[in-house]
Amino acid sequence: MEKKRAYSLNFIIGAVITGVMLVLILTGFIHTPYDITKMDSTAKLAAPSLEHLMGCDNFGRDIFSRVLKGMGNTFTIAVATVAIGAVCGVLIGAFTGYFGGWLDEVLMRINDVVFAFPSILLALVFVSIFGTGKYNVVAALGIAFIPSFARIVRGEFIKYKDMDYVKSARLAGVPKLRIIFVHILPNTMPVLMSSIMIGFNNAVLAEAGMSYLGIGVQPPDASLGSMLSESQTYLFSAPWYAAFPGLMIILMVLGFSLLADGNTKRV
Amino acid sequence: MTKRGQRFVKVLFASMLLTLTVALGGCSGDKEAGDSTQIADKTAAESSDANAETGTSSEAADNTEEAASHITIGIPQDLDSLVPSLSQGAGTQEVLFNIYEGLYKPDSEGNLIPAVASGYTMTEDGLVYTFTLREGIQFHNGNPVTVEDVKYSIETCAGLNGGEPVISAFSNIESVETPDEQTIVITLKESSSSFMAILATVEAAIVPADADDLQNNPVGTGPYKFVSRSLQENVELERFDAYWGEPAHIQNITLKVLADTDSIVMNLQGGAVDLVARVSTAQAAELGDDFEVLEGTMNLVQAMYLNNAVEPFNNEKVRQALCYAVNKQEILDFVSEGKGTPVGSSMFPAFGKYYIDELNDIYTTDIEKAKSLLAEAGYPDGFSFTMRVPSNYQQHIDTAQVVAEQLKQIGVTANIELIEWETWLSDVYQGRDFEATLVGVDASTLTAGAMLSRFRSDAHNNFTNYNNEDYDTAYANALAAEAASDDDKATEYYKECETILAQTAANVYIQDMCELVAVRKGFAGYTFYPLYIQDFSKLYIVE
Repeated sequence: MEKKRAYSLNFIIGAVITGVMLVLILTGFIHTPYDITKMDSTAKLAAPSLEHLMGCDNFGRDIFSRVLKGMGNTFTIAVATVAIGAVCGVLIGAFTGYFGGWLDEVLMRINDVVFAFPSILLALVFVSIFGTGKYNVVAALGIAFIPSFARIVRGEFIKYKDMDYVKSARLAGVPKLRIIFVHILPNTMPVLMSSIMIGFNNAVLAEAGMSYLGIGVQPPDASLGSMLSESQTYLFSAPWYAAFPGLMIILMVLGFSLLADGNTKRV
Repeated sequence: MTKRGQRFVKVLFASMLLTLTVALGGCSGDKEAGDSTQIADKTAAESSDANAETGTSSEAADNTEEAASHITIGIPQDLDSLVPSLSQGAGTQEVLFNIYEGLYKPDSEGNLIPAVASGYTMTEDGLVYTFTLREGIQFHNGNPVTVEDVKYSIETCAGLNGGEPVISAFSNIESVETPDEQTIVITLKESSSSFMAILATVEAAIVPADADDLQNNPVGTGPYKFVSRSLQENVELERFDAYWGEPAHIQNITLKVLADTDSIVMNLQGGAVDLVARVSTAQAAELGDDFEVLEGTMNLVQAMYLNNAVEPFNNEKVRQALCYAVNKQEILDFVSEGKGTPVGSSMFPAFGKYYIDELNDIYTTDIEKAKSLLAEAGYPDGFSFTMRVPSNYQQHIDTAQVVAEQLKQIGVTANIELIEWETWLSDVYQGRDFEATLVGVDASTLTAGAMLSRFRSDAHNNFTNYNNEDYDTAYANALAAEAASDDDKATEYYKECETILAQTAANVYIQDMCELVAVRKGFAGYTFYPLYIQDFSKLYIVE
């Protein structure tokens, strides 16, 4: 019975929001209504209008175009971050969980150390050593995201490694790598998928935070976080400047949260 | 799982908030270190008006009606030290200016006026300065200022009491003698035209010789005395009624630390603060009718400073092309509502006789000309470079974005890289590891050398690696003329220096930025100085 209600309401709403977001992001990659760095002194802090859907910023740049581009930047960074975190985390988690032993001890203690630091702090340290910029932020956040994935996957592997089907596979002489990646890993997918989605949300927020601090995407390029940061001075005179990038961050995170939520319920 | 996720989100939020607080707190008011690095090198004209006696000791006027007057002033950062000789930040020194005084001090015209001293004479060779102590002058604790206090203070700054000289230019001091109770004789190792200007900085302030804890109990001779301080919160000052000069008007001053620049508007509107110097045009626009916004100049030269030693900026034509491509008025319009003074060389209008307004017209925006210059230089298709901009100065970041956009017109791509102020100091300013940077360079004294000495090819603070023989010659001539006390000639050579900088397009000069001071209606008297100084004693209350 439970399986019949395959898609919860949350999941559907989440999917719709995320779908719309993805369409906007794709549009941003292909085409923006205005050049995102094109300044127009006659349209400084212009209110939303048909010409400029979300108004203009303090340089007269079209906020809609910048939001489109900014979402793209934020999205790419978040995806790359989660990809690094998830791939490395799965590998570490799988091996340590399956084999255990001293390697497990060492890696997990390192993991604890990394996990003990807030990821933004870790990323800040990384950036202060290697410099600012999009790619450094991806690397920094990616590394900071590894421990959470590693722990989750390790836990799952410990749960599954002594189950009968694994034991019998082992007795049948199936190579260890095959056991790890073909027999056990697919079983961790539900949990992994949820944590990837939550991780993605965290990455979006982290990127926004980093850019807000001015160490992510460099001006005049845009990201949602950097736009929020730039807009705070104009919070009262041009509220739309802050509102739209903020709204987009909320929608992006909300969409994925609902997806993740629906996903867990479905399983 | 989800729980873990939620906790993670919480941790993340908490850490974000934390880092935000820390980072934003760290951002504001970081002008300090930069200024202190700029202080090191001062060389120029300040010798002519020896023995100036302008003792203004009008007896404390009737202040009874202002007996309980009070003003709260927002400052961008806490004071880094209450000991004048140890203070570093320009933001600290501009406050200490009200508590401490040197033998001389600058006035709002940029002249040096006698303070703790009442006058001085200088020998022909410029080596021996004889100061007369002001009669009846007192410290805040009621003790009279003695020549021993002066000797102690100057010797401490000069490192004659053991230890390193606190003011590097004071290592030039040979000895400090006190032949009688009213006279201080300072002997220099070699004559220096900037000695008086440096003597008048707040670092060289006169403090009691027996003061053992200035950090917690500052004692000076200024118009305001220190009352109390709460770290990172506020500093309380009270009018010093036995002040030798014209007493201050307002009885009590609270300096409130507003580390978060975004809270300035709210603090003003909410009534927590009455006066904030250096608000942005955007902040000023948000303030409304309760405030008057005074407009002055920041007294600095904002420019895209180019590393003249790296490709392609070692090519004069390339630099000129950039100058032709940049439209200063457009920058002003975008960044500060048109406010600010475009400048064409390393000199700003407050310098008066040294400043040449016409240099601003050498490069009127001309895209075609810029393109053809680039083509001549071998970059017909333009090039791309990185502009490192300190991340705590929104105005510089904004300007950089406009410049980058303007340079696109001639096919030049400027990639902006925001860096921390500390990194800027160590890598760009000291390490000279940059292609271009966009900052403001200010002067610690109103001597031409404060702006121009750094462009000598062998200057230790020549961070742009500018190297021009004509310039070096002109600068040497100016120094020679000064040593010969020929001020007109010296001025002429300094002007030649400025002109060379402009003609060779040493940097893409932009503007002297406008300084906006927000003052609550009911207060008046804010006085702009041509230096980085805030004079609280001139503030008063209007009905």
